[in-house]
Amino acid sequence: MSGQLTIPQLEKKALAIRRDIISMLEHAGSGHSAGPLGMADIITALFFSILKIDPQNPEWNERDYFILSNGHTVPVVYAAMAERGFFDVTELSTLRQLGSRLQGHPERTKLPGIETTSGPLGEGLSQAAGIAYSLQYLDKNPHRFVYTMLGDGELNEGNIWEAAMFAGKYKLSQLVCFIDRNNIQIDGSTEDVMPLENLRAKWESFGWHVQEIDGHNMESIIESASMGRAISNKPSMVIAHTIPGKGVDFMEYDYKWHGVPPNKEQAKDALKKLRTLNGKITHEGMA
Amino acid sequence: MQFYLRDNILNDDVEKEPIRAGFGRGLKAAGDKDENIVALCADLTESTQMHLFKNAHPNRFIETGIAEQNLVTVAAGLARTGKIPFTSSYAAFSPGRNWEQIRTTACLNEMPVKIIGSHAGISVGPDGATHQMLEDIALMRVLPHMVVIAPGDSIEAEKATQAIAENNSPSYLRLARDKTPIFSTEKSPFEIGKAYVLRKGHDVALFGTGAMTYELLRAAQILADNFAIEAEVVHVPTIKPLDTETLLESARRCGRVVTAEEAQIAGGFGSAVAELLSEQLPMPLKRLGMNDRFGESGQPAQLMDHFGLTGEKMAKQIVQFVQNSYQYHQ
Repeated sequence: MSGQLTIPQLEKKALAIRRDIISMLEHAGSGHSAGPLGMADIITALFFSILKIDPQNPEWNERDYFILSNGHTVPVVYAAMAERGFFDVTELSTLRQLGSRLQGHPERTKLPGIETTSGPLGEGLSQAAGIAYSLQYLDKNPHRFVYTMLGDGELNEGNIWEAAMFAGKYKLSQLVCFIDRNNIQIDGSTEDVMPLENLRAKWESFGWHVQEIDGHNMESIIESASMGRAISNKPSMVIAHTIPGKGVDFMEYDYKWHGVPPNKEQAKDALKKLRTLNGKITHEGMA
Repeated sequence: MQFYLRDNILNDDVEKEPIRAGFGRGLKAAGDKDENIVALCADLTESTQMHLFKNAHPNRFIETGIAEQNLVTVAAGLARTGKIPFTSSYAAFSPGRNWEQIRTTACLNEMPVKIIGSHAGISVGPDGATHQMLEDIALMRVLPHMVVIAPGDSIEAEKATQAIAENNSPSYLRLARDKTPIFSTEKSPFEIGKAYVLRKGHDVALFGTGAMTYELLRAAQILADNFAIEAEVVHVPTIKPLDTETLLESARRCGRVVTAEEAQIAGGFGSAVAELLSEQLPMPLKRLGMNDRFGESGQPAQLMDHFGLTGEKMAKQIVQFVQNSYQYHQ
């Protein structure tokens, strides 16, 4: 099993996953660029360090669950799954094509290892809460955890806050969530479209334990998950501040890259830049 | 298959009970048998009769508050861990409000989430149109993988509840608020996907779902007594999957068909039958139900009469239909 990777090794994985994302999106000709690139470090940390999973046995009955609530960012999850050994990396090029197991938004019944079908925003958190409730109160198994990834834009959805109340009420302590706080959504800045702040206070007032981290710092990501597991009387929220399009300078911070893929030229450029942007991708303390 | 109708059901003193009461008993019984069954309710526990389960199995009951979107999606999560979740609310809100969640997390996700919609139809009564759900059959019928059942009485609801506890599929159970006549017996069969011929005839086939089947039995008696029309009555508790074999057989025998439902006929049960007949056995068809309009406040019996859904009112419409339509012969 992995989980033993060093921070620099994890960062190398994240770089490989970013390359996979650029290539698969360019090949598919549609899909979302900014979110997957921005979430690459968190997803890498989850699949290579945090999650208790077995790629050879996706339904392993002692595994942790990972629920992607913002399903449109699934290319980063497919890339992480392939790099982790759930399937061959070559299958990534089938993304969004007819007959592919790699649907435009994740479908449980298509690809082993995808825990739930998601994409319509706001539904992943309640599904995760249902799983967490089951582990905590019905199965009474404290050794399994449910990790969830939310987009910040999807926090506009009412369903999210219904789930927030539910998880708070039942003190779902085996539920650990990350918000990809990249401040963009399709129509622009999250604070222009529908302000989310004070985001920390919102979750705290719903009964959650809240941490805020740099979503590109591997150590912070892994430590926040560890803290989330240690909090025993509340659900745990990690607001991960990220840069949309992280790693490709012409995509970074630009909401216009939310829902579009790079074309051939842009992808070539992006892949070249990813290789040279060591200062942004590589852990500062390591050569 | 023999249905074992109760005796003397057309008498004025026919025993009545809300269909939802049967659901309450059925869920408790299913829960007694299978510890994977869990129940979730959106602040209407007694109203939907889930309290019987809650009292017997408090550790497997989950209160979600007035949050129907969360209700079904939490249920989908529970199902992912091998549980069999029953969710209940008023049909106007579940599946009325949370259709997309049901579509994505139960149907596309293939999770055996059970949607129990109580207080469906105009017989909800005084609460009025906002709470009289009429579009639920259409909404649920169109979803791949979804099973749709409208039991005819409380005894059948009890059996249907136990049946969907074991069918490993997302399922919708349509319940009514008001007391309705009990026409089936403990011995009556119930199988998902089966329709039952309750009365044989040859002039017109009457297909009913939910409590409307009882009203059709009354209509058939009026037709026989006063108009020399021998109507066949078929009870169709499962709207999806439709028992096409039984329905086509009755249609073929009678040469014309009437459907009855306490719901919008557009997209509803009548539409399901229209789709079947127009593709496989085109013949005269009359659909009775709510025709592109909402209900309103009133006593349940008044409303059923006002909207023409009593046995007497339907009998009049059926006579006209029989007199003005040709009889299909193969």
